[in-house]
Amino acid sequence: MSQQGYVATPPYSQPQPGIGLSPPHYGHYGDPSHTASPTGMTKPAGPLGATATGAILPPGPPPPGPHQFGQNGAHAAGHPPQRFSGPPPVNNVASSYAPYQSSAQSSYPNSMSTSSVTQLGSQLSAMQINSYGNSSGMAPPSQGPPGPLSATSFQTPPRPPQPSILQPGSQVLPPPPTTLNGPGASPLPPSMYRPDGPARPPPPNAQYQPPPLPGQTLGAGYPPQQANSGPQMAGAQLSYPGGFPGGPAQMAGPPQPQKKLDPDSIPSPIQVIENDRASRGGQVYATNTRGQIPPLVTTDCIIQDQGICFQLSNTLTPFNNTPLYLVNHGESGPVRCNRCKAYMCPFMQFTEGGRRYQCGFCNCVNDVPPFYFQHLDHIGRRLDHYEKPELSLGSYEYVATLDYCRKNKPPNPPAFIFMIDVSYSNIKNGLVKLICEELKTVLEKLPKEEQEETSAIRVGFITYNKVLHFFNVKSNLAQPQMMVVTDVGEVFVPLLDGFLVNYQESQSVIHNLLDQIPDIFADSNENETVFAPVIQAGMEALKAADCPGKLFIFHSSLPTAEAPGKLKNRDDKKLVNTDKEKILFQPQTNVYDSLAKDCVAHGCSVTLFLFPSQYVDVASLGLVPQLTGGTLYKYSNFQMHLDSQQFLNDLRNDIEKKIGFDAIMRVRTSTGFRATDFFGGIWMNTSTDVEMAAIDSDKAVTVEFKHDDRLSEDTGALIQCAVLYTTISGQRRLRIHNLGLNCSSQLADLYKSCETDALINFFAKSAFKAILHQPLKVIREILVNQTAHMLACYRKNCASPSAASQLILPDSMKVLPVYMNCLLKNCVLLSRPEISTDERAFQRQLVMTMGVADSQLFFYPQLLPIHTLDVKSTTLPAAVRCSESRLSEGGIFLLANGLHMFLWLGVSSPPELIQGIFNVPSFAHINTDMTLLPEVGNPYSQQLRMIMGIIQQKRPYSMKLTIVKQREQPEMVFRQFLVEDKGLYGGSSYVDFLCCVHKEICQLLN
Amino acid sequence: MATYLEFIQQNEDRDGVRFSWNVWPSSRLEATRMVVPLACLLTPLKERPDLPPVQYEPVLCSRPTCKAVLNPLCQVDYRAKLWACNFCFQRNQFPPAYGGISEVNQPAELMPQFSTIEYMIQRGAQSPLIFLYVVDTCLEEDDLQALKESLQMSLSLLPPDALVGLITFGRMVQVHELSCEGISKSYVFRGTKDLTAKQIQDMLGLTKPAVPMQQARPAQPQEHPFVSSRFLQPLHKIDMNLTDLLGELQRDPWPVTQGKRPLRSTGVALSIAVGLLEGTFPNTGARIMLFTGGPPTQGPGMVVGDELKIPIRSWHDIEKDNARFMKKATKHYEMLANRTAANGHCIDIYACALDQTGLLEMKCCANLTGGYMVMGDSFNTSLFKQTFQRIFTKDFNGDFRMAFGATLDVKTSRELKIAGAIGPCVSLNVKGPCVSENELGVGGTSQWKICGLDPTSTLGIYFEVVNQHNAPIPQGGRGAIQFVTHYQHSSTQRRIRVTTIARNWADAQTQLRHIEAAFDQEAAAVLMARLGVFRAESEEGPDVLRWLDRQLIRLCQKFGQYNKEDPASFRLSDSFSLYPQFMFHLRRSPFLQVFNNSPDESSYYRHHFARQDLTQSLIMIQPILYSYSFHGPPEPVLLDSSSILADRILLMDTFFQIVIYLGETIAQWRKAGYQDMPEYENFRHLLQAPLDDAQEILQARFPMPRYINTEHGGSQARFLLSKVNPSQTHNNLYAWGQETGAPILTDDVSLQVFMDHLKKLAVSSAC
Repeated sequence: MSQQGYVATPPYSQPQPGIGLSPPHYGHYGDPSHTASPTGMTKPAGPLGATATGAILPPGPPPPGPHQFGQNGAHAAGHPPQRFSGPPPVNNVASSYAPYQSSAQSSYPNSMSTSSVTQLGSQLSAMQINSYGNSSGMAPPSQGPPGPLSATSFQTPPRPPQPSILQPGSQVLPPPPTTLNGPGASPLPPSMYRPDGPARPPPPNAQYQPPPLPGQTLGAGYPPQQANSGPQMAGAQLSYPGGFPGGPAQMAGPPQPQKKLDPDSIPSPIQVIENDRASRGGQVYATNTRGQIPPLVTTDCIIQDQGICFQLSNTLTPFNNTPLYLVNHGESGPVRCNRCKAYMCPFMQFTEGGRRYQCGFCNCVNDVPPFYFQHLDHIGRRLDHYEKPELSLGSYEYVATLDYCRKNKPPNPPAFIFMIDVSYSNIKNGLVKLICEELKTVLEKLPKEEQEETSAIRVGFITYNKVLHFFNVKSNLAQPQMMVVTDVGEVFVPLLDGFLVNYQESQSVIHNLLDQIPDIFADSNENETVFAPVIQAGMEALKAADCPGKLFIFHSSLPTAEAPGKLKNRDDKKLVNTDKEKILFQPQTNVYDSLAKDCVAHGCSVTLFLFPSQYVDVASLGLVPQLTGGTLYKYSNFQMHLDSQQFLNDLRNDIEKKIGFDAIMRVRTSTGFRATDFFGGIWMNTSTDVEMAAIDSDKAVTVEFKHDDRLSEDTGALIQCAVLYTTISGQRRLRIHNLGLNCSSQLADLYKSCETDALINFFAKSAFKAILHQPLKVIREILVNQTAHMLACYRKNCASPSAASQLILPDSMKVLPVYMNCLLKNCVLLSRPEISTDERAFQRQLVMTMGVADSQLFFYPQLLPIHTLDVKSTTLPAAVRCSESRLSEGGIFLLANGLHMFLWLGVSSPPELIQGIFNVPSFAHINTDMTLLPEVGNPYSQQLRMIMGIIQQKRPYSMKLTIVKQREQPEMVFRQFLVEDKGLYGGSSYVDFLCCVHKEICQLLN
Repeated sequence: MATYLEFIQQNEDRDGVRFSWNVWPSSRLEATRMVVPLACLLTPLKERPDLPPVQYEPVLCSRPTCKAVLNPLCQVDYRAKLWACNFCFQRNQFPPAYGGISEVNQPAELMPQFSTIEYMIQRGAQSPLIFLYVVDTCLEEDDLQALKESLQMSLSLLPPDALVGLITFGRMVQVHELSCEGISKSYVFRGTKDLTAKQIQDMLGLTKPAVPMQQARPAQPQEHPFVSSRFLQPLHKIDMNLTDLLGELQRDPWPVTQGKRPLRSTGVALSIAVGLLEGTFPNTGARIMLFTGGPPTQGPGMVVGDELKIPIRSWHDIEKDNARFMKKATKHYEMLANRTAANGHCIDIYACALDQTGLLEMKCCANLTGGYMVMGDSFNTSLFKQTFQRIFTKDFNGDFRMAFGATLDVKTSRELKIAGAIGPCVSLNVKGPCVSENELGVGGTSQWKICGLDPTSTLGIYFEVVNQHNAPIPQGGRGAIQFVTHYQHSSTQRRIRVTTIARNWADAQTQLRHIEAAFDQEAAAVLMARLGVFRAESEEGPDVLRWLDRQLIRLCQKFGQYNKEDPASFRLSDSFSLYPQFMFHLRRSPFLQVFNNSPDESSYYRHHFARQDLTQSLIMIQPILYSYSFHGPPEPVLLDSSSILADRILLMDTFFQIVIYLGETIAQWRKAGYQDMPEYENFRHLLQAPLDDAQEILQARFPMPRYINTEHGGSQARFLLSKVNPSQTHNNLYAWGQETGAPILTDDVSLQVFMDHLKKLAVSSAC
């Protein structure tokens, strides 16, 4: 697929006639630096304009047509021969062309004309669609897959006839073909693939087997890597255990006319997840030249290589929970390349008997520092290769020296500051009391280093309404002291000593305080609150204590008191569906932006627990938490008996979470491409340094890469991500992740290695970022167009010829349409006044820091038929597709999307199940007003609660359980999550969307 | 003259008034020729154990511009029940309550012995006394401990219903809420940010939003003042809390690096204290008591930066216009002082530190509001502890010897006008017919506000005779002045004290002897000194001295008896004889000489000089020296180097210091331990006698003087040597080496030289 066209080109921002949008801010889509880049993304007037006009017009300079034609002609004429012909630049493009040739001649030829690589560099931008052609033109003959039969053309393209040597360990799974129409649907025996992939050990059908361990996190495919490498990426996919029975059925679907699609025949995410899970283990990108390079554990990557334009978006979760090997070079610090400053890693090539090494990133030859010298063995590897994590592992940590610390001083251990809104409503509904009670226990569990007895983290307490109350909880005080700061216009820290204390030492004073806080404000009838000064105060406190830290703010209302950051209610539904809708997602004032900047500069991360009962302007309030690597939690209309469990779970998890502070991330790449854009809870002062006030195990950063030169297939593409951060005990560390990727000049390889989940993550983030500057309508259109483009390109360049009416999806992307539809139906992108503005802003923000696994679940919820539960087995029931048609009156279904969890009860649910789960005699007796299932000593109950536990595990947000009875009012809410159906507030069904995309593709191909 | 001395003493005892002239020159021209202005020292609340207040309100003259109080000088028509105002001659009907009066049934205010009378007003809500402690926490540990103990002690001395508040400051300013159970709560302010009164009140939550007040509890207006002042609570309610709170006070926790002064936000702390009271209890008696251990180093009102290497300003810097912060700081404190005065509150400053603390800049806070100023080396000294304790001493009725929010209204008969006042007061800017255009001191008004005063607080009030020469006053005519002082008694009652005095007029041309004989040289010396000190605050020192000299010479010319150009013939009558000597010592006093004094010390001395009564003021001008010897009972001796003899013990009282000085021989005897030998018991008694006398002074004096016990050759003997008239110096050889007296190493002129010059100039026709 061409990133250039779909991902990287600036459709949102370029001054295209068709769209006519200008805002430059939508970085990924076209920030100024990109527009200037020589790779030619700049003047894309072509592609989109072309689509807009529905045309296939030859935009570019049409270099010699004839030659081109010759090629094409050749293709068309002699397909079979090509298959065996070695090098020629022919490919399946031709096959896709062939049918259209007559009508499309004028346009495609042009594209072919640019097929020469050198030319393309400059013209690429102009021809996105063509670019596919080009790359395919480069592709070795393998591409034109034997196309065994025209009937099966769709499925074969992704399979290269022989596994690339570059990917010894990696397997592209041989999934079932996915087609919509026609003969493609005919069942293909898995064995068919065997000849194609002789090197591949597991027979394809093996992959349909139920996986050995449900919920297991570590992919089997990682054996060579250390244990630390895997869990992250495996997380999302592997949580879908069990073979999917529907898979085969899907393939078996008979050809149908487009208008009457059988839902079962369209690609099923469930099915794909199964396949994906199985194949995951093989997805190791390694360059053979470097031997065994561990894959970056936390990275799901997509590499697309067209020989010229390479793009990659990369989602990093630098802080998973796995402990890494720690490298300590003492005073001398990490070994780094003199030129590009890359850290010592397996990509460094030692030469001259070990006295020098060549940097894999910039090719600079450096002297090995004397203390680091080691002899080389017969294959040029250092003798201590396996003793040094930085030489043999993909991820490891360095102890940083003073040079890496602020002011060259070792950092102080971080601090947690708890800031509680004690305005009237919070006191009244008991929230303050709840928080105070909970803090007493949860503070016992502050994160600590494994070897430490107690946590080094210090804690402080602030309460506030429209003024701030600081508390002195010094251990030697008989009772806490409260210090009120009323100067909210210029807030400051009234005390130094005694504000941030060691919990263990000050325990009795803190408990005294927490006991008293609800009483102190019991008589308060203050309704107004401030917000920015609260963050400011916390930040100043950390600054004064000279340590990084995290603020936990418990807030409930729109900050209307006179102070910086004062907000007014601007929730104007009339703006929805207009060009001004974006305003609703922008912060009301720039106070929060500069506040966030200050916070990041001082290593102050803000986590916000919101308890709104009405509009609170999440877009403004959430900005600082987002930019400082904090988390935003929202409990609308908080009710003690319903929501406290969810909140307390979130609070506990958030406090105990692994976290690093005051981080700076730098992504280094080998020559030929570079990181161009970053998404996540980050702050960028420069274009290269990603600053994060804090980063925890649930936060992901998505990185977009772009070519700026040609990549070599020999060396591959190397990425090193270095995160400098402060640990919870106040140590300065460097966490290094290395990733080596293959480069391919074959488009088909590209499609093969694409990962749709990551792609959606990237699309979601970039689209949600664009929301701030673009009308939503445009964004939605672009997303649809991009989907269509990607698929059209595949069809054109990789797929074997087939009927124009056929929708052909690349194997790795067959769920792209359904996911894309889910993204489009997400309430953020749905311009509907019925949806709360705050909720949209909230979800937008969540997605911005989500990892791939979380975003996958978020957009495509998991739906489990509980009634099929086998109480004797420990496996989860096989998931079903999120569609109403999958529900049944006699069933009980559990749905989870990472934020919500529903237990849907069909009207004729089996009584024994109801009895087992709810301990009530019948359906009618079930009280839906519960958020926790009763603990019934019954295998159904136990099993169900265990399943819920498994689903909940590893999710950053605690999911609130809602019991939904079929045909009762709350079912409407539940229905929104059946994402394959038509949405409650609009949004097409999966089938409709697929048709729509298909139409687009056809249009493109014509 | 004995009669006049008696008269003066009697008047002072009865009315608390000392006039420079007790017979008044009847024309403007003559009055100006008298050199010393017609003026008086008034002690408005002079203690009168024999004067119980009357329980009714005064009867006022009905003329709106007059409103003088009925007094013994008024002519009364008992039959018509009319009285004539002796100031404006308005005839007034007696109020109905006076229906029964007659020659034999007179109300007290008509009796001559009640020229001073005190009325007690029953009207109006009584508000409790308010004490707001403003405490610096940038102190050394032992200093802070001592201060905390003093403050805790003071709680036991306050009336239980008094409202107390606590503000502490260092780098930040904390206003403590005192009624909190279980948790101590305070409002914190940045020490660098100047806040308006409105802001302060908003931030302290003193301004209640109007809406809830209206609907919430209209039924309980009584509660209002207490609701709105969480920071000022009745002592009996929060006694324990506050004691604990004071006990837990910690030193300012912010780190002070080497070579820096602690950051001390005195300016903001005072500003908040003033704003707090302004918002909650305007126009009620309140004391802001500032305890500070060093100069303000940040924020508005800072006096010096926090760099220790840059010393705090000296007189030298000020003369060179090198005191960076002085003007701005002074302006800040003046603004605060004026606001405080407008609200009727007063500010005390207790500054204890070895270095200066910025009294120069802050002085107006105490000076304009009638507050106290106490300066010491440390809070951990008996000087501070006892002085502070003495503030809460009680009078014979068991009431505190302090009064609040006083207004002094002066009325004169038409031959006189009011030129001004000098003392712990501010002008109320009340213009009237009896206000002179020529100002002496704080003028242009007939009313002043004295926010804090005690029984010794004394104002100098200056008048101008405006009667024209060609309009002679009939024989036997008398001029009258009425002083009406409204104030809040420490028992929280409102009271009015009225003093009406009258003096005879005399034609200076024909009756100069009368006038001369009625001259009160002590009062005159103090009144002139106050004028001089008042001028010194704004003028260069030498100019003031020159002015004083010229006045003295003119006075001598006017009243001396001499032959022209013959200094030897110069004589002064008894009533003038001591005056030049007072002036001599005044010239050398720290009130006019800044040499060897820091600006803070000068401010401190001047502060006290401007508020003490005549006796104390005279001691300040010319210290008292007593001599103890075996030759007889203790006797006062000349403040002269000739009095320093080897076999004497000297006791000097300069008001600010008590010095006991053992002569050379005495010191040797003591060293030899004779006092411990039973056979020399008399020596022991001799040594003890001055100690006992000193103790007596120390017990009575406020502020407590510095107590110095030294001997011949001791380093502290300098306190004595610098005060005595240097009649023998290393310069005048004729006295050098004589048996009597001790030579002083100084270039100062001696009294003898001074007098010689004075005589020469007085008899000279040149000037």
